[in-house]
Amino acid sequence: MDHLKAINQKARRIQEHVEPPVPSAAPADPGDLDVVGLESRQGPHIPLGCSLVFAPGWEVDSTGGTAGLCQPVERDLFDCHLACFWPAHVPDQLNHAPDWTGKCAAAQKDWRKIDLIFP
Amino acid sequence: MSTGLATDPVFLAQREFHPFEAGGETFLYLVPSAAVFHLDEPSLGVLQALDTGAASEDALVTELAPRFGEHTVRRSLGELVRVQAIGLTTAPKETFPRVLPQADFPLTTMVLNVTNKCNLACTYCYEYGEDKIVDTTCDPAPTYMSEETARQSVDFMFEQSGDLPVAHLTFFGGETLLNFKVLEKTVAYARERARELGKDVDFSLTTNGTLLRDKVIDWLADNRIGVTVSIDGPKEMQDKFRVFKNGMGSYDYAMPKIKRLLERHRTRPIGARVTLTRQTLDVTRIFHHLRNELGFWEVGFAPVTTADQRGYAIEDAGFDRMLGQFEELAQEFLEFAVDDRHHGFSNVKDTIEEIHKGVSKAFPCGAGLGLMGVATDGDVALCHRFAGSDDHSIGSVHTGLDRKRQFEFLGHHHVANKTDCNTCWARPLCAGGCYHEAHVRYGDTGVANLHYCDWIRSWTNTCLEVYGEIAVKNPGYLEQFES
Repeated sequence: MDHLKAINQKARRIQEHVEPPVPSAAPADPGDLDVVGLESRQGPHIPLGCSLVFAPGWEVDSTGGTAGLCQPVERDLFDCHLACFWPAHVPDQLNHAPDWTGKCAAAQKDWRKIDLIFP
Repeated sequence: MSTGLATDPVFLAQREFHPFEAGGETFLYLVPSAAVFHLDEPSLGVLQALDTGAASEDALVTELAPRFGEHTVRRSLGELVRVQAIGLTTAPKETFPRVLPQADFPLTTMVLNVTNKCNLACTYCYEYGEDKIVDTTCDPAPTYMSEETARQSVDFMFEQSGDLPVAHLTFFGGETLLNFKVLEKTVAYARERARELGKDVDFSLTTNGTLLRDKVIDWLADNRIGVTVSIDGPKEMQDKFRVFKNGMGSYDYAMPKIKRLLERHRTRPIGARVTLTRQTLDVTRIFHHLRNELGFWEVGFAPVTTADQRGYAIEDAGFDRMLGQFEELAQEFLEFAVDDRHHGFSNVKDTIEEIHKGVSKAFPCGAGLGLMGVATDGDVALCHRFAGSDDHSIGSVHTGLDRKRQFEFLGHHHVANKTDCNTCWARPLCAGGCYHEAHVRYGDTGVANLHYCDWIRSWTNTCLEVYGEIAVKNPGYLEQFES
């Protein structure tokens, strides 16, 4: 930061958080040259995209079994646009249809109550 | 993100902070993060432009670009947004999450009330005086803690200290030295247990100084026991309230012993702890007597805890006078700190340490969390001030901690519950103040101590100014607070 100078320890931590130190130009450690698709190198490892996550409902459930499978409709509706930030196939719930899932308290049970939205 | 819809321009506004000036520079104390940032001229300009209310980014740029240039203004705006000094008007106010500590939060300090008896009869005493919370005359609890209870307390302390490598054991009273026999045995036992557990144990005690025989002083020095002497200053102030039961002042009796303590006990710094009252408010004189004439390493002050109608309660004008003198001493502290010299005014040093670390408190102190007090019968209380009070018990060293009561207490006393504190910029450091003070004043430990809010804000501002000036003139001094 050019205009604010961190004075106390908390300010320094905030600065490191909002402005992570630039990696040095020193030769890279061979171990660092691994290509890790879509992986954020700062902070915890959060894989992005459903193809990298065993989301229950896709291939196997979180326990490795198949008991929780076959809920494609609600998974599409909730997993994709909530966890994967892929809102294309659902209505705009911020502006246009804020109450779209209002009657759907539990997706597995109530998904049929989700109505169509007409522009 | 563009929605493609025509919307109002995005407005920026100031978020929560307290600006202060020190050493000719301007700083921001951000709330609730407790971060301190130095501002350059463009950032100060941006904040001043928002003094009168929210403005759009473009309006700010238009206003400030002639002075600083468009690129600089936009960069400065970005930085202020990132540290949350300013933000979108549509952004929700930052809530202080009511997160409770994990259930096995380790105990750092245990205060052992080895006796509830005292050979003095200080008028303002919160244990025996008019505002006592435990009926010390009819109380069935033993006057002296037994050796067995003290040993169980030590076991309790180590058990509760979890993975911490050091446990701190503080002896308190009554007059601690009235139970010297148990002190000796407990220190030896705690050392033995610490050795077995591969831990370290640190000891301290508070005394009124009247019972400091040579044998006791040598024992304190040999065992590296930190000593705090409760003393109110020069003779006429000490003798005002710190009296024997027959009304005789304790200065002449205690002073030779205190002087011997200061001469002979060189293994740990010795501190003085002063209770300020309406009648004994000469802070600077008290400080110089204790620090310079007697040679205490540190002197700390606290206003008397009392209901407001008592004759010794400090009234509003008294708080102003106290603040003025605190400021005078803080200025002196600053001059010493700039020259890397030790001053000894512990009130300012403790606050500066918290400012430097960026402490933002969910609870005003560690009571019931990292610190607990044990009464003579082994009951565990929030802190030493509540020791023996059944209403504030959170377990017993014999039967263990009552986690349910402990967490009920913590849940109820979180700063997020104190609505009065929610708009105060000093809350990261104050968090509502002492539970015991609130209990005595308002009959409720969960209430913020509203009677000294103005005082706390003024004093915190003074400490911020001292901190800022040290940061400008001698930043190396602050490294001692980085652990």
